[in-house]
Amino acid sequence: MEQFLTSLIGEPLLVHVIMAAIPLLFILPYALVVIYLEMKIAAHMQDRVAYMRTGWHGTLQPIADMLKLLQKEDTVPAAADKFLFILAPYIVFIGTYAAFAALPFSPAFIGSNINIGIFYIVAISSLVVVGLLMAGWASNNKWSLFGALRSAAQIVSYEIPSAFAILGVVMLAGTMSLQELSSLQTGGITHWMILGGTLPLMKKLIVVPLMLILFLVYYISSMAEVNRTPFDIPEAESELVQGYNTEYSGMKFAIFYLAEYANLFAVSAVATVLFFGGWASPFASVMTGPFWSAFWFITKGMLFVCLNIWLRWTLPRLRVDQLMYMSWKVLTPFAFVCVLALGLVLVW
Amino acid sequence: MAEIITASPRTSSGKPLRTEEMIINMGPQHPSTHGVLRLELVVDGEIVVDVIPHIGYLHRCFEKHCEHMTNYQQVIPYVDRMDYVCSMNNEFAFVVAAERLLKIQVPERVEYIRVIMAELQRIASHLIAVGTYGIDIGAFTPFLYCFRDREKILDLFEMTCGARLLYNYMWIGGLSHDIPADFVAKAKEFCEYFKPQIRDFNNLLTYNEIFVKRTANTGVLPADVAINYACSGPMLRGSGVEWDLRRDDPYSIYHKFEWDVAVGKGEMGPVGSCWDRHIVRMKEMEQSVRIIEQALAQIPDGDVQSAIPKRIRPNPGEVYARTESPRGELGFYIVSDGSGTPYRIKARSPGFVNLSVINEIARGGMIADLVAIIGSIDIVLGEVDR
Amino acid sequence: MTPQEIAERLSAKFSGLPDAGIEAKLDNPVDPAIRVSPDHILEIAKFLRDDEECLFDFLSCLSGVDLKGKLSVVYQLFSMAKRHKITLKVEVPVDAPNVQSVESIWKTANWHEREAFDLYGINFTGHPDLRRILLPYDWEGHPLRKDYQVPEYYNGMKVPY
Repeated sequence: MEQFLTSLIGEPLLVHVIMAAIPLLFILPYALVVIYLEMKIAAHMQDRVAYMRTGWHGTLQPIADMLKLLQKEDTVPAAADKFLFILAPYIVFIGTYAAFAALPFSPAFIGSNINIGIFYIVAISSLVVVGLLMAGWASNNKWSLFGALRSAAQIVSYEIPSAFAILGVVMLAGTMSLQELSSLQTGGITHWMILGGTLPLMKKLIVVPLMLILFLVYYISSMAEVNRTPFDIPEAESELVQGYNTEYSGMKFAIFYLAEYANLFAVSAVATVLFFGGWASPFASVMTGPFWSAFWFITKGMLFVCLNIWLRWTLPRLRVDQLMYMSWKVLTPFAFVCVLALGLVLVW
Repeated sequence: MAEIITASPRTSSGKPLRTEEMIINMGPQHPSTHGVLRLELVVDGEIVVDVIPHIGYLHRCFEKHCEHMTNYQQVIPYVDRMDYVCSMNNEFAFVVAAERLLKIQVPERVEYIRVIMAELQRIASHLIAVGTYGIDIGAFTPFLYCFRDREKILDLFEMTCGARLLYNYMWIGGLSHDIPADFVAKAKEFCEYFKPQIRDFNNLLTYNEIFVKRTANTGVLPADVAINYACSGPMLRGSGVEWDLRRDDPYSIYHKFEWDVAVGKGEMGPVGSCWDRHIVRMKEMEQSVRIIEQALAQIPDGDVQSAIPKRIRPNPGEVYARTESPRGELGFYIVSDGSGTPYRIKARSPGFVNLSVINEIARGGMIADLVAIIGSIDIVLGEVDR
Repeated sequence: MTPQEIAERLSAKFSGLPDAGIEAKLDNPVDPAIRVSPDHILEIAKFLRDDEECLFDFLSCLSGVDLKGKLSVVYQLFSMAKRHKITLKVEVPVDAPNVQSVESIWKTANWHEREAFDLYGINFTGHPDLRRILLPYDWEGHPLRKDYQVPEYYNGMKVPY
């Protein structure tokens, strides 16, 4: 992709700017789609239909929502810490967007093909915590502060089991670069990491249950990282009004909203790259190639996003201390044992 | 080792770390306080140290208004609006008290219809209670299922008296309208439809692992504390006390039906927890369906307006009558001075009394538990404040 | 036990206390009542709750009544074990409305007495936290009294409109 653009335009700075903006070109339409999906999936699960009149079956509603948010009055509370208050949503979005740099959309396009891809993603998405804390503190509102503190505790705690799960996959694959991970999983569904990667059959039988557990641990931790129910304590509507979001309105709220959905896709995408083949087609040689790969990547990512939406509207939320318990006393030990077992299997 | 654990943390300059308690306001407008209720919380981190409820935001001077009515029947719309979620039960309590004062005996058909309406309203009210309880805990979907079923009950009410929420239906001595011809068939249809819905709801919410973890160990109300605080209804029965006014202080014709009193047995944690109160409400809905089916099968014919007195002028005296509303014991204390205007009407509302126990049971828990506890008390501020 | 028997038992227990003022009004329509003195209501309440024959453990309703020159407090007592009920009444003059608080006997009286204080101005001695409950804390006057005049202004807002 980079060579293609360079040959087209020539100016290297402009090429880099365009490369950086391409994930944004993906995120914006994706946000509209995911808002629509969330609304409709929730509605049909709740035995009702959502908007039907704006566009065919409500398809234009997300655009109406975005327009509404953009034209709302952007208030800053009088006693709020103005600089931090205004900066916070952008920090959250930057932390989320920077993770998109290392996501392999297709063999032809990846923002930045670094060889520590997954490590970089885990590190940079922790920037979100800083933004949330800033939002909670700068709002000068006790409820926002509560939400921010809970959120910080939650995200930081759930990075541990998530990192263990990622460690397991990295051990199996031998590389941290996401582009290489995806290309290791080409050649059909049996080469996907969740089914043991390219190991011989005997070892696969032992590895597959371990990988399944690691995937579950990773997926649950990712739900906690994104503050989605059952882990949406930081924005628990019924307790904290809107948590760290309470004082935000208009454009800044729209940025938070966008960042949350972008983050959702980012972690779903990481789950597909690590466990489900990334841009690799499930069939050995059918439907491969740069554009088909992008199709597979996006489809698999959306599948996990839909799973997330499904879980959100089904389950109640965990209390803060139960959440912490689950992270430290359930997920981390499971992930740790799995990684140890995986290591043993790989050594033999 | 012990000194290290119990010594207070020190900052780098050596002074002890100041950890103060925070006073936070779960203000009158809050998504989960079920109305305008202000709770002043003193919290130490996430642990609630003290809860001070402030009520009166919805005080509408109901009792003072009643002293200026020209007729006892005019009180009925006011009584509707006290606990707007279960209006039929409010009216039932008031007309039972007034008929006891006036010594009126209503025809049997009126009694049967009153019981059917009261039990339908009990189901509707409990549907709101459990639906909004789900939202408080974070499960958004059961709420919509509850409201879908509640619509069917409201359709039945609309068919009978034209109103969906505030009916002015039960008058002193009778009813305002007789039930239409297809009411019995439609009500039977509703009962058949509703029984599997309770099962579905239990599978979705009541026995959900996360819901049980959130509610089964919080808000434990011991039985003796409940009786001392005069709690009633699902709060009392959730604590294991088998006391239901329909059976133990009978009024109207409840003695003619066969039904069980739902009691919390501590299946998922200590007896008297929030989960027990929730399961008592679920079981009460099942029992209400039983009562309705029996009543529908036995309705006699008659004229529902034959016993309505032309002029209501009770002898001087007073009466206190209590009935079982979905929230507990709803009682009316009526003092009459011999004229057509009530001298004093005091409404003893279950929400007012049940809410007073919040400080006892919420202390020591977390804020998330406080939300669960308030949801399980099931208050409606209209009757707390009157 | 019938109200007659309860009244007799009460009189027998407090026969040594003539100013307990126990007066049974058993032919009161419709609910029979026992009138007692406001300064001894606490001991009487304790006896009624703890005595094995009475066992009145449920204070259902505590309401104030304005009897034009006197304020009255009416207690509706029920017994869950024995399934009987009794109504207690207390009368106090308007200019010195002091009644002993029964909050230490039945905790539910806490809020009920606050409401009676709020709406009638009855002062419950011994109540741990007697302040207004339904009306704003700086409201003046006791609305449910028969001679209550609605104030013109409250905090700068015109009250009657």
